[in-house]
Amino acid sequence: MQKFWAVFVARNLEFFRDRSTLIFNLVFPIVLIFGFAFAFPAGGGTSFKIGVVGSPPAAGAPADLAFLHYKHLQFVPYAEIAVPLDRLAHQQIDMVIDFSKAEYYVNETSSNGYILERMLSPGGSAASGAQAPAVFAKQTVSGAPIRYVDWFIPGIIGINILFGSLSGVGFVIVRYRRNGVLKRFKATPLSAFEFVSAQVLSRFFIVAFVSVVIFMGTDLFLHFRMAGSWALLALVNALAVLCMISIGLVFSSRIKSEEVAGGIMNLITWPMMILSGVFFSLEGTPRAMQIASRIFPITYYIEASRSIMLDGAGFAAVAGDLGILALMTVLFLGAAAALFKWE
Amino acid sequence: MDETTSALPILEVRDLHKSYGKVKAVDGISFAVREGSCFGILGPNGAGKTTAIEVIETIHDPDSGTVLYRGQAVAHSFKENIGIQFQDTSLQEFLTVRETLELFSKLYPRPRPIVEIIAACSLEEFIDRDNRKLSGGQRQRMLLGIALVNDPDLLFLDEPTTGLDPHARRNFWRLVEGIKAQGKTVILTTHYMDEAEYLCDDIIVMDHGRIIESGRPRELLLKHFGEAVIRVPEAAVPAGASFSCPAESADGFVSLNCADTDATLRELVASGIDLRGISVERRNLDDLFLKLTGSGLD
Repeated sequence: MQKFWAVFVARNLEFFRDRSTLIFNLVFPIVLIFGFAFAFPAGGGTSFKIGVVGSPPAAGAPADLAFLHYKHLQFVPYAEIAVPLDRLAHQQIDMVIDFSKAEYYVNETSSNGYILERMLSPGGSAASGAQAPAVFAKQTVSGAPIRYVDWFIPGIIGINILFGSLSGVGFVIVRYRRNGVLKRFKATPLSAFEFVSAQVLSRFFIVAFVSVVIFMGTDLFLHFRMAGSWALLALVNALAVLCMISIGLVFSSRIKSEEVAGGIMNLITWPMMILSGVFFSLEGTPRAMQIASRIFPITYYIEASRSIMLDGAGFAAVAGDLGILALMTVLFLGAAAALFKWE
Repeated sequence: MDETTSALPILEVRDLHKSYGKVKAVDGISFAVREGSCFGILGPNGAGKTTAIEVIETIHDPDSGTVLYRGQAVAHSFKENIGIQFQDTSLQEFLTVRETLELFSKLYPRPRPIVEIIAACSLEEFIDRDNRKLSGGQRQRMLLGIALVNDPDLLFLDEPTTGLDPHARRNFWRLVEGIKAQGKTVILTTHYMDEAEYLCDDIIVMDHGRIIESGRPRELLLKHFGEAVIRVPEAAVPAGASFSCPAESADGFVSLNCADTDATLRELVASGIDLRGISVERRNLDDLFLKLTGSGLD
């Protein structure tokens, strides 16, 4: 335990005394959060997203349904009406059409919903309060909008976890291997397990610390929506950090070159950032993209975090995401243990 | 220590082999190291010195061969009994010298008190300095300190003074002498022949992974060159003169490899040779290596 603790403390001192690294780890995510909060004060931009339940009418449908063929409208299918209605209440989507009941739903406080309703009913106007044709019956929901930054914050924390873990463990171990630090430790009674576990715990502590500072620091000004349990959110974050660290351990288990490590990091991080729903919702994206996103652990982290923060999801609702993160962590740690070499 | 124990080598290497691909870095070397001695491994770059000691240190596995520590095959606990100063070492950054010593100290079950390490390696003046901000000599002293944190019986120093100025090298030698005085065994690889002659009790000379000569430095020089070389200008040597010791002519001088300098000088006087212009030189290990391999140490 003394050996483990000595290496753990030394690694933490190395991180916290390296001011440039510390500042980069803290400042970059905070700037990104405030940037998005400023750019997207509410809602997710100017595109229109419509949730649909059931199948639209076949060819020969009433002319009013030409609406369905308008450009720049995104139709997202849902199996059950409850899910899109919840999204609509938080203005994460702009309208819901239930073809099976011939109903449409709008949030009357949503500007996008108002415009879409006019498109669905081209003859009407806001002033006259004209309704959509009788083919669809109007229903309304209410609820405050969720700002883009509320939706985005789990993604930012996820990116911080991703880079902090991969570079802080993976890249650092490769550097240690290349410049001989690992060789020096190998010459002591320190075991590979003691060394690696100290690195893991140190990085876990550092990433958790940085994530809390980023979240709490920006929350002071932006007051993020938090509908669920803090403890559950902490558990999701802890599992995500461990999972990312274990990926870092796998790719650093043999590599000696920092250039190769950098290439592999890019190979891992960029697809994760683009395909895991960090910046935009995966709802309505091509099915292949949605399937590809299931490969990445950060997808499960973001799903679970958003569910907890935005929808107040409980343990049962995110148990699947937690289970997959835990399984991936065990698999990656096992692979890292089997592959690790001092040199 | 009883006689039986003291007669047992602290380290014995038997028929050690290590190859990298087709390159035989270590090609069947065997030697024994006496406890309390300083054992030098000499040779040019690529001779296999570093590979040999890193295999002995258990950093690398041998292809074949045996390493015995106090008569027993090396076990995991071997690392607790040895200290190592690598040729090239990086350390964790942003730590002071004291923190670095404390880090390594905590990796061993029975560490030596840090204050003793600081005194033994003269680290006082920079003990609280960032370990990245040390001069070459200071850094080598710190690395020596790290190698001593576990109070090892056997210390490996791999080219510890390479790149140091003469003053720093001399300071380092004094530290090694102090370590020897404590009865510790030192295995030293070096490029510097003066260093080997000054510090080492026994040496081996390696080339192309093999040992090409071994013994005590003084005995090896006597064996190959005699006690000294007396250089006499050729012009002072009468035609047809013969000598009792081996003689070679080159560059306008006759070089006499004499086993007894006094006797040879008397012989020259008796032969009526003018002693003005002669020089008496002691050959060194560099000369020995040149003779053994046909190339100089680099």
